[in-house]
Amino acid sequence: MALDSRVPKGPIKDKWTDYKNKIDLVNPANKRHIDIIVVGTGLAGGSAAATLAELGYNVKAFAYQDSPRRAHSIAAQGGINAAKNYQGDGDSTYRLFYDTVKGGDYRSREANVYRLAEVSTNIIDQCVAQGVPFARDYGGLLDNRSFGGVLVSRTFYAKGQTGQQLLLGAYSAMNRQIARGKIEMFNRHEMLDVVKVDGKARGIIARNLITGEVERHSAHAVVVATGGYGNVYFLSTNAMGSNVTAAWKIHKKGAYFANPCYTQIHPTCIPRSGDYQSKLTLMSESLRNDGRIWVPKSLDDVKAIREGSKKPTDLSEDERDYYLERRYPAFGNLVPRDVASRAAKERCDAGYGVNATGEAVYLDFAAAIERYGKEQAKIQNISNASDAKIYELGQAIVEAKYGNLFQMYEKIVDQNPYKTPMMIYPAVHYTMGGVWVDYNLMTTVPGLYCIGEANFSDHGANRLGASALMQGLADGYFVLPYTIGDYLSDDIRTGKISTDTKEFEEAEKEVKAKIDFFVTNKGTKSVDYFHKKLGKVMWDKCGMSRNEKGLKEAMVEIKAIREEFWKEVSVPGSASEMNPELEKAGRVADFLELGELFAKDALTRNESCGGHFREESAEESGPQKGEAKRNDKDYAFVSAWEYKGEPADAVLHKEELEFKDIELKQRSYK
Amino acid sequence: MNLTLKIWRQKDSNAKGQMVDYKVTDISEHMSFLEMMDVLNEQLVNSGEEPVAFDHDCREGICGMCSMYINGEAHGPDRGITTCQLHMRMFKDGDTITIEPFRAAAFPVIKDLVVDRTSFERIQQAGGYISVNTSGNTQDANSIPISKHAADEAMDAATCIGCGACVATCKNSSAMLFVGAKVSQYALLPQGQVEAADRVQNMVAQMDLEGFGNCTNTGACEVECPKGISLDNIARMNRELMKATIK
Repeated sequence: MALDSRVPKGPIKDKWTDYKNKIDLVNPANKRHIDIIVVGTGLAGGSAAATLAELGYNVKAFAYQDSPRRAHSIAAQGGINAAKNYQGDGDSTYRLFYDTVKGGDYRSREANVYRLAEVSTNIIDQCVAQGVPFARDYGGLLDNRSFGGVLVSRTFYAKGQTGQQLLLGAYSAMNRQIARGKIEMFNRHEMLDVVKVDGKARGIIARNLITGEVERHSAHAVVVATGGYGNVYFLSTNAMGSNVTAAWKIHKKGAYFANPCYTQIHPTCIPRSGDYQSKLTLMSESLRNDGRIWVPKSLDDVKAIREGSKKPTDLSEDERDYYLERRYPAFGNLVPRDVASRAAKERCDAGYGVNATGEAVYLDFAAAIERYGKEQAKIQNISNASDAKIYELGQAIVEAKYGNLFQMYEKIVDQNPYKTPMMIYPAVHYTMGGVWVDYNLMTTVPGLYCIGEANFSDHGANRLGASALMQGLADGYFVLPYTIGDYLSDDIRTGKISTDTKEFEEAEKEVKAKIDFFVTNKGTKSVDYFHKKLGKVMWDKCGMSRNEKGLKEAMVEIKAIREEFWKEVSVPGSASEMNPELEKAGRVADFLELGELFAKDALTRNESCGGHFREESAEESGPQKGEAKRNDKDYAFVSAWEYKGEPADAVLHKEELEFKDIELKQRSYK
Repeated sequence: MNLTLKIWRQKDSNAKGQMVDYKVTDISEHMSFLEMMDVLNEQLVNSGEEPVAFDHDCREGICGMCSMYINGEAHGPDRGITTCQLHMRMFKDGDTITIEPFRAAAFPVIKDLVVDRTSFERIQQAGGYISVNTSGNTQDANSIPISKHAADEAMDAATCIGCGACVATCKNSSAMLFVGAKVSQYALLPQGQVEAADRVQNMVAQMDLEGFGNCTNTGACEVECPKGISLDNIARMNRELMKATIK
């Protein structure tokens, strides 16, 4: 099947408006005869469910937690971008579009990104109207901060809990529709397969996680909004339950999976401390507005710090290497995430890591505290303020900005970050890759849509900070509700879809067979054993830098782990009850297939772009020596993989990327 | 460190539950409490026993899923945190730790430490929203200035994670801190004024219907709340309710 991105013709700035004007609509009286299933209730799924219900469709929404409000969008800290230009610093739709395409290392689809930038301003209006308490200045207007990879302040925020507040906004909109009976909410349910009838997505098979019952649900269209697959690494900043299952099941039923190797390794996470660890914790990128990243200049100091004979605060300014400021004077500590992560790895690989594991760098707020303190002293007319007073005044400002993050750090690490620099290290955070979708956000299966982090479309090979929330809400509030109407306009006379058909029966049988296998297979090893083993291969060979040899080994090793898994996995308990181990087993089974496709995709893409760094493709000389080297001649395409049984047999389809409105350049942040 | 755990085990909502003793060894003080539970569960799975079911997800104190009652306190002995942020350095070698589910009539046990908190959902559905369509044709976000003070106070109320620690802690199993926080967030913002009277009445009515108790101002909820939601929110809710009733 040839890939058709269905991007409308015309100049980029008019595409979306013209397209919306000409799109087929479903009249309000007919909408109430149409059912839509939305799987996942984070920012994308929650906002889509609410808006579709508002429009009049009957929505069935599914979440594996006990409430939509618990989806992992809630953990997003820093903020949401929008081209409002409230600061008058030169922002515009074009600039947000440009920054996003450049930040994504020219591997995203121009038309989708432009649309995203275009609707970004609506999101802020919408959220304020819903009662989202964004930060404000003393005049009562909205405040902004700055994020990595851009030269303007366009990020709106609600303390360090922006994701929480936006999700609660979408959740409140859902609640209004649940109360009206337009959304039927299925909490503690997990989608285990999609059902296709005559080639179209017409329903899902879901398991009730309380009773264990396997249920059939039908609809005229299915929307998958189930987030990213970062947990393929076992350790990531994702929630424990975040998984690829829904996305992978639809892949196996015909939806192409795009760019699985594009993973974001976030530079500012709390370093790991031991093998028992179950997950990693992110410290918001917003900290890089005020924090300066450094390691000691001399290896002797590194040694002394690791042994505890020196403290980081003992080192004078000229004994410190602020390596981001040194290497990237223009963007300094606010370079994009992939660049900051690789730079940290480079220093730590060279032996400059500052903790026992050798995998940590400092994020220091002393300069910011002093700067704010002096500013406050001036504002409050305190002359000859003592150092202690300046520190106290400065600390209050830093606390107001990042208080909850500092508290979180102190609880985990047991050190006071106001007094000693934080230690940070990169960790898996977000996956830019995902299910391939066209301009309408429809997958290669008719009637099957994919939105939010679960799809691949807007961030190319690297996502900029504060853009995930923007994309999730853009897809759910402002894009999908229009585009899905175009498809459903053909379905106004279809009538209710029966679940009493052979297609549903077969899908249900297959799901039940897999569940029965898990609970009857008396293996010798726990699900986590395999998940950890997979995670290690992924981190070592498909992590921050990748090479041909490692990727080939990874494919072989992951396949071997998968084979062992199907022989030796042990799941206690039964299928007809709440059984968290059984849930995990199904998810890890899918990760074990995705992992291999991931490595295959990384192997195929022999260029460095964004979060995907191939050691074979780095600049060899000149001022950019060691930086990622993109290859536009051979790799300016989206890799969309078609399922053919074994992941190694997946077939590559290319969507060539055209850049008509942006000139392709090396992404320099120097 | 080596620990004895006394954990509530209950097969399902209809079964009778009981406390069961477990031993865990070599627990690092740097582990989080839930990582310690992961170690216990791995141990149980490897010996063919059923692991302890407990709710958890984000493991960074924001999703509100984790809900254990540890040594007689919701989210355990530390302050301003959820169970997933509790660290083993709060305990010492040889300790016996009692772990129960959040208990309240409106939070029935589903299994082991997992409880059903959908009563909170129904309270929110009764009015925890502003009736504005998500069409995007709203007015510009800066068209209504909101004083920084009001916005910050609304934010403080809005940080509630809906975990239910307030209910589990309250001797009356009252949900007033939770409902008060939601009512306050909207009451403090101009956008929420239009339906303020209906909102508070509907939410309070649903709260009573769900079987939550009344508030007798002991303030225990505020102490145990992982997000430091203030008792002021209960006062504000009562004021809003009064205002709505005498209108």
